[in-house]
Amino acid sequence: MSDRDVILGRVRRALADVTPDGTPYEAALPRDYLREHGERSLARTVELLAENLADYRALVHRCAGVPELSALIAGLLAGRGARSVLVPPGLDGAWLADTGAEVTRVADEAASTAAELDRVDSVVTGCAVAVAETGTLVLDGSPDQGRRRITLIPDHHICVVRVPEQVVGSVPQAVARLDPRRPLTWISGPSATSDIELNRVEGVHGPRTLEVVLLGDA
Amino acid sequence: MSGTSGGTYLGMPAFPEAAHDAVRDTTLRGNLRHATHTIRAKRAHAVAEVSDWAELREAGKRIKDHTLRHLDRYLVQVEETVTAAGGTVHWAADAEEANRIVAGLVRETGESEVVKVKSMATQEIGLNEALEAEGIRAYETDLAELIVQLGKDRPSHILVPAIHRNRGEIREIFAREMSEWGRPAPEGLTDSPAELAEAARLHLREKFLRAKVGISGANFVVAETGTLVVVESEGNGRMCLTLPETLISVVGIEKIVPTWRDLEVFLQTLPRSSTAERMNPYTSMWTGTSDSDRADGPRTFHLVLLDNGRTDTLADEVGRQALRCIRCSACLNVCPVYERAGGHAYGSVYPGPIGAILSPQLRGTGSEIDASLPYASSLCGACYEVCPVAIDIPEVLVHLRERVAQGGTATREGAKVVLRPAKGHAAERAAMRAARWAFGRPGALRAGQRLASRTRRLHPRTLPGPGRAWSESRDLPPVPAEPFRDWWRRTNGGEDGAK
Repeated sequence: MSDRDVILGRVRRALADVTPDGTPYEAALPRDYLREHGERSLARTVELLAENLADYRALVHRCAGVPELSALIAGLLAGRGARSVLVPPGLDGAWLADTGAEVTRVADEAASTAAELDRVDSVVTGCAVAVAETGTLVLDGSPDQGRRRITLIPDHHICVVRVPEQVVGSVPQAVARLDPRRPLTWISGPSATSDIELNRVEGVHGPRTLEVVLLGDA
Repeated sequence: MSGTSGGTYLGMPAFPEAAHDAVRDTTLRGNLRHATHTIRAKRAHAVAEVSDWAELREAGKRIKDHTLRHLDRYLVQVEETVTAAGGTVHWAADAEEANRIVAGLVRETGESEVVKVKSMATQEIGLNEALEAEGIRAYETDLAELIVQLGKDRPSHILVPAIHRNRGEIREIFAREMSEWGRPAPEGLTDSPAELAEAARLHLREKFLRAKVGISGANFVVAETGTLVVVESEGNGRMCLTLPETLISVVGIEKIVPTWRDLEVFLQTLPRSSTAERMNPYTSMWTGTSDSDRADGPRTFHLVLLDNGRTDTLADEVGRQALRCIRCSACLNVCPVYERAGGHAYGSVYPGPIGAILSPQLRGTGSEIDASLPYASSLCGACYEVCPVAIDIPEVLVHLRERVAQGGTATREGAKVVLRPAKGHAAERAAMRAARWAFGRPGALRAGQRLASRTRRLHPRTLPGPGRAWSESRDLPPVPAEPFRDWWRRTNGGEDGAK
């Protein structure tokens, strides 16, 4: 007998006391918890996102439009002395318009090795959703975000969130917006650990500097 | 390195003996006290932030219970959805089979080293040791697991396996051992947590960059979509899940949730319960593999579904609730016994209150350590209070105590067995028999109580004979001058106001 049959047989015998129940799952499961914690205006939701991002040591910037964004990104890259930046294939070219040619653009290519990506200083991406209550950015591998590894290996990640349209209040709202068939990465602050005396320390394997730009008027 | 066999540390003494040494280790006591007290207050704060905690807890409990009650159906669904997404599903009835499958898969790649994301399931089955026997080196990449691996130590906490080590000890281990495994620790390493984290980053980076095979567990598997979820902090998980060409995930069969939407509950309760954060730094979710030109991550994905005692636990109507556990470790952090005895005394990768009910069910109560674990508790109930899936740990502890003391039926490897009462509980059984006899005979009870009251000045302060050990650290309850029943009768139930 295969281990599959063994396990399924054991499960069925173990559940001999359970009476079969045909109630559909969603009907059998009351979800009495909240969709969102408290009522907030859109502007307040964006503000909360900024607060919670900052609380977990992300550096938060705001700008109203693309021209301003382009200057901001150029300044952030220059401020770190970045000589190269990873660019996902679908990133709006205007975002990097002010970034000079001295900063090498590195494309997100399947053929790149991890060691090559390790030599790149920064990465600029968009995002899929941002969650205000938890200060979380979710990337789903869309063309403006690229493969998961490009936001992992460089030590400096600049993530642009379009506000208010990409911002949701809560985790349930984020889950509803996301497509599970895409590879998803939920990011809440820079890489951190609680492994030394159960205290949060920033900066282990992922980017140690996370900068979030809230782009828009809200 | 310490040997494990089916999750039991070889030659592990019963909990009281193991705890005996631990409670005398003042450094260990200090480290544990510091860490557990820090996290306790923070968890309470993180939980208080969400006004619907009770509802989230109830939903989490119900999702897990529903899944367990239909586990055969959901297992088959996981197999279908993961396969449809491009993954390969394997089934392992026990640790040995799981290790055999994983070793075989690694050998097929031609690689002799793997990088690992922290995973309780692979700890439980002793995967690293099994791979080593096959000539495959497994590198732990979680910071705490790295500390344990470099220190040739055993894990003592579910979330933070090196919780028993303070920063000074960690510095020592890094400085001494890193060079044996790869890049040495930086010169002049101090014990500041930031520097220690940096040392781990440098040491592990070369391993991540060249890794061809990653091994992980999973916090959740979504039956509906075939999605796996790994919740972590450091980014080592993301490294192992995205950089290698082959990914092998070993997952206990109880990790399934039915629908994608169910994650909205656990992504709120797990981080707040475990690290007391609104959200942990990184959560990865992936559904099979993709072979398009936009392929992202491993091209080959294997899921190993692990039983290893879980179906036996499922067969126990009281004990099966332990399978709801999402491994947050909140129960460890609040437990007064864990805080004093530390994780090693539990003789299992699952220490603390949850370990005390999980290990004796996954492994049976045959060994000395497993038979003693249900007693490693004062039944204070703090563990139940904080559990985000409302596992009534004290209820299961008492249930397992009964099984140990009285024997009875249980399921082992899928078959019903009748357990004999454990040795060493003869006095307990005799006392209970005597109590049953006395409570069934009011006259005898009254006579006995009066005799006890009249002779109370003569009572010794400690028990003689076999009872001495028990009364060594406990005061015998004082006997009142007048039995309660006599007082009740004399004062008309206290209504006469008489003393």
